[in-house]
Amino acid sequence: MKCSEFLHELTNYLDGVIDEHTKVELENHLSWCHNCYVVCDTTKKTIEIYRDSQLYELPEDLRTRLRSAIMTKCQQHRKRGPESV
Amino acid sequence: METIQNKLEGPVTDELALVRAAKQGDDSAFEELVRRYDRNVFRIAQHITQNREDAEDVVQEAFLKAYGNLQKFQEQSKFYTWLVRIAVNEALMKLRRKKPERTVSLDEDIKTEDDSLPREIADWSPNPEQQYTQAELREILSKTIQGLPPGFRTVFVLRDVEGLSTEETAAALELSVPAVKSRLLRARLQLRERLGRYFQKRESGDGNQ
Repeated sequence: MKCSEFLHELTNYLDGVIDEHTKVELENHLSWCHNCYVVCDTTKKTIEIYRDSQLYELPEDLRTRLRSAIMTKCQQHRKRGPESV
Repeated sequence: METIQNKLEGPVTDELALVRAAKQGDDSAFEELVRRYDRNVFRIAQHITQNREDAEDVVQEAFLKAYGNLQKFQEQSKFYTWLVRIAVNEALMKLRRKKPERTVSLDEDIKTEDDSLPREIADWSPNPEQQYTQAELREILSKTIQGLPPGFRTVFVLRDVEGLSTEETAAALELSVPAVKSRLLRARLQLRERLGRYFQKRESGDGNQ
């Protein structure tokens, strides 16, 4: 397996959606190709860091304000009829 | 292999009951749907628009559109996937209005395969995120994802941050499954490369990079 082939399968590999045969080939490649090992490992870390980052959490006060605005507009919409959104 | 956790709360079967009640005119059921998904919609919207006020607008507009079109929701997909599709469209519209000089689309050119070959292959420090404070880290992550084309960061946020499946992401973005996979690979690799600037192992004595 070449590095480009490894990269092509990287997303499937990280998502755990590859067949056993391809997985063995990929892991064999990883065992001797340091560059691909690093790319694979740091890509996995990239995903984990973003997933765990709590980036753009909605603050509770803003959340309440938005929800109340949404529900008020929904009620106005209901009074005006279905064509108004 | 660790699978990506879904950030949604509550059983999905409940969702359908809430949607049906809301369709019958039960506003408290719709409010419960807002409560259930507002944080997800906000996160997605801010990732796409990169602007907090725009994200607030998108949350309101997306739920209002969902409310107004609830009767048209066919129940063949999950309500959440349908809502995400509405929110993504609203967020992209905001971007288009702000950056008319740039085409903002989910159908950006797919470059050649070689394009995704990483140029930078240095390893990272162990637990690299711990080198920074929470605020610094958020700034780095935000700045880094901002550099990706909107089509790439949208796929990344739906798949890897919100935990939608590839099929759900494809449905929400009206893309094919191979298109989602291709964008996801590029998004992941580009983010990895950009984050490397902050997270790479440093030679001793080099404190500034």
